[in-house]
This record gives sequence, C-alpha cells and structure tokens, in this order.
Amino acid sequence: MIDSALVPTTDQIAPPRKNSRRPLTFDRVSFMLVFLGLPLAIFLVFVVWPFVQALWYSMTDWTGFTPEMNFVGLDNYQKLLHDDIFITALWNNVLLAVVVPSVTVVLSFALATMVTVGGASHGTVRGLRYSSFYRVISFFPYTVPAIIIGLIWAQMYDPSSGLLNGLLTGIGLDRFESFPWLGDTRTAMPASMFVIVWGFVGFYMVLFVAAIKGIPSEYYDAARMDGAGRIRIAWSITIPLIRDTVQTAYIYLGILALDAFVYMAALNPGGGPDNSTLVMPQRLFTTAFTKGQFGLASAMGVVMAIATLAFAAIVFTVNRLLGGRDSLARR
Amino acid sequence: MTTNTMDTTNTPTSLAPERRRVGETVMATVSHVVLGFWSLLVLVPLLWTLMSSFKTSKEIFASPFQLPAHWNFDNYVSAWTTQGIGRYFLNTVIVVGSALVLVMILGAMCSYVLACFSFPGRRFIYYMMLGGLTFPIFMAIVPLFFVLKNIGLLNTLPGLIITYVAFALPFTVFFLYPFFRALPTEISEAAEVDGAGEWRKFFQVMLPMAKPGMASVAIFNFLGLWNQFLLPVALNTKRDNYVLSQGMASFASQAGYNVDYGRLFAAVVITVVPVLVVYAIFQRQLQGSVTQGTSK
Repeated sequence: MIDSALVPTTDQIAPPRKNSRRPLTFDRVSFMLVFLGLPLAIFLVFVVWPFVQALWYSMTDWTGFTPEMNFVGLDNYQKLLHDDIFITALWNNVLLAVVVPSVTVVLSFALATMVTVGGASHGTVRGLRYSSFYRVISFFPYTVPAIIIGLIWAQMYDPSSGLLNGLLTGIGLDRFESFPWLGDTRTAMPASMFVIVWGFVGFYMVLFVAAIKGIPSEYYDAARMDGAGRIRIAWSITIPLIRDTVQTAYIYLGILALDAFVYMAALNPGGGPDNSTLVMPQRLFTTAFTKGQFGLASAMGVVMAIATLAFAAIVFTVNRLLGGRDSLARR
Repeated sequence: MTTNTMDTTNTPTSLAPERRRVGETVMATVSHVVLGFWSLLVLVPLLWTLMSSFKTSKEIFASPFQLPAHWNFDNYVSAWTTQGIGRYFLNTVIVVGSALVLVMILGAMCSYVLACFSFPGRRFIYYMMLGGLTFPIFMAIVPLFFVLKNIGLLNTLPGLIITYVAFALPFTVFFLYPFFRALPTEISEAAEVDGAGEWRKFFQVMLPMAKPGMASVAIFNFLGLWNQFLLPVALNTKRDNYVLSQGMASFASQAGYNVDYGRLFAAVVITVVPVLVVYAIFQRQLQGSVTQGTSK
C-alpha cells in the first residue's frame, strides 16, 4: 500500500538487547497485552486472515452472496489459463514489470550521477551546483497521489485539448493534430508506462544520490589517479558499490508494476484499445465486484501474489549471478 | 560528453589542467541541460494543470496554451460544493487523520515491544509483518470485503480507518524498529531504577526519544494514506463516504465527455495542495529519511 522503498528488505531480526525474564506483575502483563496484543489483533484480523482466506476462496466456486460454497480444487486456476482476457492482462503486467523498473532505474541513476559527479572531477567528489533545486523538483511527483498523476496525464494526452499534442503541432508536427495517445494500440502502453516512470524517477534519484554519497571518496580518488573517466567510474565503481540499493529499487518498482492498478484506472479505465493496457488488478476488480465471481477473483489474487514473489526471486537470482553478494546471507 | 570522457580515459595523468577544466565545464553544462529538461518535464504538467483550473471548459477546448480570460475561483467553488469535493475532502481528513494517529501509536508500541523485549514468537511476528508488506493487497481484497461486511463496518468511515491502520502497520513497525533498537539501554534501566512502570517508561522516556523516527514515519504514512486508492474503491462504495482519491476517479469517469474539465482541474489542485504543503514543510526531512534508509 505504502511505497516502502525505505524499509530494508532483508533486515533480519536481531536478538533482543536484554533478556528480561522478570516477575509477571499487573503492570507488565497489561503492558504486553495492550502493546503487543492490540496491534497484533488488528493485523491478524484485517491483514493475515484475509490473505489466508483468499487461498481457500480461490479453490471454491463461491459467488459471495449465497452461503453455498463448493470446493472445486484447482478449477479456477484452470479457468484462468483459458481466459484470454486475463492472460492478456497478465502479459501486460509482465511487460510493465520488465520495462518500468529498468527504465526508471537507468534514468534515475543517470540523473543521480549527474547531480553528484557533474561538478569538478578532481579533489573530493563535489556535487553539481544548484543540485538541490533539481532534487526538490523531481522528487515532488512522488508525493502527488497516483490517481491524480494519472488524471493529469490523461488530460496531457488528450487528443484535442491536451498539452502534448498542442506542443507537437506547435513545432510543426501536424500529424499529431488529434493523435489519440491513449486510444491507439501502438502508443497506449508506452504512454502509460511513461506516466509511471515520471512519477518515480525523482524518488529513486534521491535514493541513488544518497547511496552514491555514502561511497567513500577514496575510491573515486584512486580511480581518477588511474585515469578512469566519468562513465568508467560510474560503471566500475559506483554501480557495484550501490548494488543493494539498485536491487531494492528494482524489487519495489517491480511490485508496483505488477499492480499498476491506479495508473491504468485513471488513464484508461476500460483497459485501453484492444485491452492493450488492461492489468490483472482491473480484471480482478471487475470479476469480484461487478460479476460477483469471488472464487475466481481470489484465484487471480493468488496468481498476482505468485507473480510478485517470482519477480522478487528472479531479481535476487540475477543479482547473485552477476556477482552480487546475496544480501540475505550477508546480513 | 562522450568525447570528453574518452579523452580522460585515454590520457591518464598527462592531462593538461586547462583541458580538464574545459571538460568539467562541458560536463557541468550537459548535466544542467539534462537535469533542467527533466525538471521542466516535471513542472510543466503541474503548472499547466494549475493554469487550466482557472479556465472554463470552453477555453480548455479552444487551446491548451491560452491563458484564462478571468482569473477567478469559480471552478474551485463549484468543485467544492456542487461536485462534492468538499465532502470528500472532509472525509479524507477524518479518515487519514484518525488512521494516522492510531497507526503511529499502535506501530510505536508494537515495534518497541519487538525491539526491546524477548518473548517466544517474537521472530515469527516480525516475519509475519514482513509478509504483510510484500504480498499484494489485491490478494486479500475479496476476503477483506467480507470481513468488514460481517462485522458491519463495510462502507463506513470507521471500517476504512481500521483497514488503513492494519495495512500501514507493517511499514510503521519496520521503520520504527531500528529507532527503538538504537535507544540506549542505560536510560531504560535508569527509569526502572527510579521506579517507573512499563507504561510510564514507554510514554515518558522511550517514546520521546524516538521522536525523529516517529516524525519521518508519520510523514510517509500521511502521504501513503492520503494517496490510498484501492482500499476505499473496494470497501467504501457509498458516495457520501467517498474519500478524495476515489471521488476524483469517479468525477473523471462520470458521464464520459460531459465532465466539466475546469472543475476537474480545480479538484485536482485541491487534492494536491495538502501534500504540497506537507512536502514544502518537510522536504528536508523527507529526503533525509530516504538517505537514512540506504545507509542502514
């Protein structure tokens, strides 16, 4: 729900600082009950329990408003395999998960590099002048509600009254006079992807700037002494040293791209031309709350969860194969 | 940019100082151009939205560039009253405000216990919370709908508040956990020696010390909850109880092409202003928290 890129993904729980085995007084018992029991009860009832139930519902033919619920095993999953629209939505999500994190990470890394090492190339690493201005501006979209970002860009892309076509025709490209960016199968998906990237580049730029500044300047001095240029330094020094941050960014952006519900709901509520921007959550939503097929919808939710876990596993594996330390084992 | 870099790579130490300085100027200029372009790309849609919010629908259809003929707040007034944005705004303030206070208190209590006490199942609870952060809410949305329905909280603001609290809890606990762990044990022991019970120790000693952490988490929770879309859309379908995000979505999609665009833009601005204010005040702190997040 909340973009949680700040949470260390693999922060393993450390042993407690003190071993408090003290007598059970009323003070202590009431304290533990309220302090641990209350939050935990809310978490169990409203988060854990629904997740567990979803697994069960996904194997029933439940329609929600009748008490009958027959166990149908994996029938729902089989149905999904033959549901062309759901498969289209699944592939759209996969496409998003491939493109959005890559583009966002590359772009925000490039901008972060310019902010941090765009200045003098001798002495200590100095940032670019006025760089805080750029950081403040580009971070801002991260704070704007996603639905609003979607609505603003839906207006920007508007064929006749949108700013984009206004600008393009303004510089003489008349074929964009009333080009439907979100209504053409060729452009609907790329245009939607751009909106998501637009919203997150600033956040990850700030994240990368912080990571780059955490690198001891001796590494850069040494590399410069050896005559390494800027691109070489970025490739051979910076990227390997901020590998874990890149991995975290990749995973969170991937989770976001496997959802993308808000953006697509704002840009193309109906799934776009030929369902070219339809994503799994939109299909799930209609299946559950319009058609009332709750069993089938729960199966879609499970598929989404599996896709998310698979994506995280792939990112971890790739990072490991490319020589990164497995951060799970390291910490 | 490329040629400059090639030069530096090929001529290690013999690079003349003035050539190096020229290279720096080129690099700085290129950086400023690229970063400036991106900043424009961010600013232009936002400023265009602001400008359009003062235009009438007719003016909006006439030309995307034209400035509004009259700078007045008509669109804002009609969005606020006739379009119901005022109502949604109030609902959002109630829901986000209550959920924020609750989740900060409950989250602080939970992470304090997890960080500073030892008991069986502690590790399990921690990993359960991690799971709650990773799994997509979509998987839980159908059962959640019926959980709320069964306890009679579906389509009510309290139902929405408690769901917000539950789903913001893992994030809050995770982020506060390191803060409570970092607190010095001596102070806690000193409080015990002075005869403070567990309750007093938490509220008078430990919680005030975790203030910096509380502030950052509260800001992120505010933004996350203010921007929340899926939970209200699925669990809060009574129009009177709409929050801003879903109100905006239904506003934009209603009646297809008959939407009053001037009003829509005004409503967008109304929704963004609170986060803009929070961002302007806490900008340093927000970016600072991102810094802490990576250096851990």
